[in-house]
Amino acid sequence: MAFFEVKDLSILFGGLKALDNISFEVKKGEVFSIIGPNGAGKTTLFNCINGIYKPSSGKILLKDKTILGKKPDRVARAGIARTFQNIELFDNLNTMENIMLGRHIYMKTGLFRGGFLWGRNSFAGKEEVKHRKKVEEIIDFLDLQASRNKLVGGLPYGTRKQIELGRALALEPELLLLDEPCAGMNSEEKQDMIFWVKDIQDELGITILLIEHDMNMVMDISDRILAINFGQPITEGKPEDVQKHPEVLKAYLGEDEGECTA
Amino acid sequence: MDRKRDYYEDVQIFTSGTIVFWSGVLILLLSIFPFIAKNYYVYVANFMAINVIVVVGLNILVGYTGQISMGHAGFFAIGAYGTIALMTHAHFPFLLALPCAGLVAALLGFLLGLPALRLEGPYLAIATLGFGITATQIIGKIKMFGERQGLHAPDLTIGSWHIETDKDFYFILIPITFFLVLVARNIIKTKVGRAFISIRDADIAASTMGVNLTLYKTLAFAVSAFYAGVGGGLYAFVLRFIEPELFSMFMSVMFLTMVVVGGLGSIMGSVAGACLLGFLDLQLRNILEIPYVGDWIRALSESYFTLTGVSNIQLIVFGLILIIIMLFEPLGIFGIWIRFKKYWMTWPF
Repeated sequence: MAFFEVKDLSILFGGLKALDNISFEVKKGEVFSIIGPNGAGKTTLFNCINGIYKPSSGKILLKDKTILGKKPDRVARAGIARTFQNIELFDNLNTMENIMLGRHIYMKTGLFRGGFLWGRNSFAGKEEVKHRKKVEEIIDFLDLQASRNKLVGGLPYGTRKQIELGRALALEPELLLLDEPCAGMNSEEKQDMIFWVKDIQDELGITILLIEHDMNMVMDISDRILAINFGQPITEGKPEDVQKHPEVLKAYLGEDEGECTA
Repeated sequence: MDRKRDYYEDVQIFTSGTIVFWSGVLILLLSIFPFIAKNYYVYVANFMAINVIVVVGLNILVGYTGQISMGHAGFFAIGAYGTIALMTHAHFPFLLALPCAGLVAALLGFLLGLPALRLEGPYLAIATLGFGITATQIIGKIKMFGERQGLHAPDLTIGSWHIETDKDFYFILIPITFFLVLVARNIIKTKVGRAFISIRDADIAASTMGVNLTLYKTLAFAVSAFYAGVGGGLYAFVLRFIEPELFSMFMSVMFLTMVVVGGLGSIMGSVAGACLLGFLDLQLRNILEIPYVGDWIRALSESYFTLTGVSNIQLIVFGLILIIIMLFEPLGIFGIWIRFKKYWMTWPF
């Protein structure tokens, strides 16, 4: 039994096959990367897993339970969290509250108990404190103390990427989808991000599905890699094998450039 | 910088002694106000308090959840008629009829929220506008509601207390207003409120974090309609007579204006916006009685407009005030407050 499995996944946008029979399996605890040139369908694949898009055919299984056709919030409850390529934070909330939203599915305060937040011993008061403690652990883990009480709208790009990662971690997912976590970062920020991703894998035991264009990072942290182009799988395997695969080189570098090496 | 000692302080109402002090002062002033003010001003205060309730509720929808509604006069009418109908026909006591009418409005709000799942921005504005117009039209045709002739509010007694004057009603209205504003503030500070804000700021990200968009969008409509309904129920007893024409499209637009002038996504801004515009709305009708200014406006209007044009001059002044506020402070009164606070705290630098 595979931990996470995508089988023959296809999606059509009008006449365009954005994903064409994509299949792969992810083992528990590994970092599985998906690479491919722009427009290959990597983010589309994530959107299908998340339930934002409805695939035309195929299967998506998490621990043998199908998550295909579920709405995004049900997918989140099933244990899948994600970050976005173009940061999707809640700009008018501070860092703490943004990450608190990751605790949403664990909180039980409804409209009435929330409205009657009279004092620290009320249900809502206790619950807020409990989950804020949990969020503080994530803030510590990602070194976000400095921006704890600042609105995220005005924070620097790298910090915002970190907060997004923190928000996904607050969901305590079993599978974490990272959509270009290093895009637009400088090398120092990239090093930090690589460090955290490894930590998430080793210490928290979260399985990671990664999309990334930075090949150094991909080769460094991936256990296995799937290369796709034009929605079709090219090859799957260990980093060193995928790196040397002729089709991958062709997709990235174009044809008839024999002397180039990746 | 002040240090936080525990997480509860993040969601606490009284974060400092200053706030406790000023809240006490405010409550004291509000409780002696009806004894020192003229009766007309007590009526104005009641009118403002009702605006506060509706506008705070509307801000939960528009400011926090990011869904527009141009049909809140419809919920307001449902609350007003519902309260009276429940009292005269079902013989509910006032304090039971009011929340029940609010719940009826909330149910309709929930139903109106369903199309909102598919509509956004201007499209949603038109759909809700349609609701507002339809609601008052239907109410105007119902026999039980007095059709076009309108409806008189029944006598109001709570226990053995017979409420007759504006002053009596003030002492019911102000605690209800305080209560509802605090509840709104608490909702915003806890799970449901955060979900609302997350939908406004990034709905897709919110859904991938486990926020059920269908549930929370319709919930925002329901909560906001509940506030409008309760406001409407109270309004019926401030006016003591209601008719369908009262709940016009203009009223819906007015509520929305108060939200924007107060500041989108700010409870205290809504309170301020509702008070200011509610006050202006009533007071500008007397603008011609102000010495000099009134004479000048009358002269201006008589020489450049029609002789009868003076009757609606308050709307022109009102419109100008709105333009000026939006031009200089798009964040509304809340934005002015933030700037003032910053200036005050960093003074004299």
